[in-house]
Amino acid sequence: MPTCLFGGGMKRYLSVLRLFWSTAIAAELEYRLNFLIATLSSLGSLTGSLFGLFLFYRTGYQFQGWGWEEALVVLGIFTLLQGFSATLLVPNLNKIVTQVQEGTLDFVLLKPISSQFWLSSRVISPWGVPDLTFGLVLIVYAGNRLGVGLGAYLLSLIPLLFGLISLYSLWFMLGATSIWFVKIYNVTEVLRGLLEAGRFPIAAYPVAYRVFFTFIIPVAFLTTVPAEAMLNRVEWGWILGSGLLSVILLQSSKFFWRFALRFYTSASS
Amino acid sequence: MAIVDVQSLSKVYPVAIKEPGLKGTLQHFFRRTYRSVEAVRQVSFQIEPGEIVGFLGPNGAGKTTTLKMLTGLIYPSRGKVRVADYIPFERKGDFLRQITLVMGQKQQLLWDLPALDSFRINASIYGVPDKEFRRRVGELAEMLSITNQLTQPVRKLSLGERMKAEMLAALIHRPKVLFLDEPTLGLDVNAQAAVREFLQAYNQRYRATVLLTSHYMADITALCERVLLIHRGSLIYDGNLTGLLEKFAPYREVTVELDCAIQAQDLMDYGEVGNLAGCTASLIVRREALTQTVARILAELDVKDLTVTDPPIEEVIGRVFQAGVV
Repeated sequence: MPTCLFGGGMKRYLSVLRLFWSTAIAAELEYRLNFLIATLSSLGSLTGSLFGLFLFYRTGYQFQGWGWEEALVVLGIFTLLQGFSATLLVPNLNKIVTQVQEGTLDFVLLKPISSQFWLSSRVISPWGVPDLTFGLVLIVYAGNRLGVGLGAYLLSLIPLLFGLISLYSLWFMLGATSIWFVKIYNVTEVLRGLLEAGRFPIAAYPVAYRVFFTFIIPVAFLTTVPAEAMLNRVEWGWILGSGLLSVILLQSSKFFWRFALRFYTSASS
Repeated sequence: MAIVDVQSLSKVYPVAIKEPGLKGTLQHFFRRTYRSVEAVRQVSFQIEPGEIVGFLGPNGAGKTTTLKMLTGLIYPSRGKVRVADYIPFERKGDFLRQITLVMGQKQQLLWDLPALDSFRINASIYGVPDKEFRRRVGELAEMLSITNQLTQPVRKLSLGERMKAEMLAALIHRPKVLFLDEPTLGLDVNAQAAVREFLQAYNQRYRATVLLTSHYMADITALCERVLLIHRGSLIYDGNLTGLLEKFAPYREVTVELDCAIQAQDLMDYGEVGNLAGCTASLIVRREALTQTVARILAELDVKDLTVTDPPIEEVIGRVFQAGVV
């Protein structure tokens, strides 16, 4: 995460991050069986999606302008995003609620470090690794069959990064609402459910949904736009829009957090 | 110049009111009514560098709320606070580096890992260089006599050891002002004493300022020359401990175990009778008459056992307010 967002001391933030993540992995690896379970669950969900997609394409039907391999690229990017959220978003942002409930947010707020940085990066979970791996495998497999070049892969990284930032910002803002609604356990699950829509190219949905998924919950920006960049058919306007959206959402998340903290009363003790 | 300066500080919380029962629940859901609770009212005091000050009061008196305003966790409704010449709620880095907050019922250490890992994270957040970090941990661990436990996972530590490790984690950046909220909560007598001794040594070694709340009178008597007494949000006493006890608790509790055949009226002569359960009775005796009264009891009654204690601080304050002394 760029430090301009959190004030100076890049070096200090990096060394803190290194300690955050090494301690988090040390703590997680106390539970080895979890890794096997994460791998199996990731494989299972990927097989399900592949099968769903296959049912559509088996009869020769295809989503408007999206061949089988092209749709696979979207699914690959979706799996990659799931891996990202399992690695960073879920373990960190879903914990904001607990910290508010138990009042341990106090300790975070009293440290001379950006509390948003702390809450967003405190832990990293190795359980997203299977999703990240399978996502990459799927993208490379479909990309090879379509003859995607290195340049196109690199180009797609730009909208993908924007997509990740947007996803993070939305998730963080939802997590931050726990300052008011202390028992908001599953609010982020709602977001996760809507994001499931990113599994398929946005063209697969009726127009009304497309508008909703693009502009209300920017699902299209998360998977379809990077896939189109990879397939060399994206319009620059979409990439620009994706960048603008991510900047706006990230700034909003910062303002929103500062606003929310004024209402923090800190769990009684 | 005072390091903690509080002037006419107040905090008002809106609290939702809910009638019991289904009807009340529905009403509460659709049309919520709020009532303002004034948790802290017009509190003013100053603390000089190096002082150890005890913050006393019954549950819900506003102690923790005040501490939270002093550390910048919550926003004051009215009044002014300055700590180390900063406005706490702005939570500037230079302010946060000078203070610390230890809470007896909350913990910041990582549960699954040795305490040393948590210390290291804190050190890197506060920008303590590695060599200095090791020196400080060595020194503090020795003062707390916890050196050997730092490499065990925190979940394997006893409550007392964990509290000591929490202290160490909170002091790694060598703060000038320590805010301690019930630091000895739930500890056994030995652990309490160890924490107390440590705080005293730390205060002397670094001239650190300490403001602590505790329910255990022993903590306060051992550490604090000066106490602040707060009740229902208002500061009702600010001064030394002897003055407080003379003003609010000019009596002791004498518990006697006797032969069973005793009636309350037989004891009334010695002092106010508190509990009378079986053969054990407790008496409230004025401080100046204590020696004489105990001597009389021992001479005149068939006493098996006798103890003299300070009444619990909660009780002292309760009595003060019942009697309407203030």
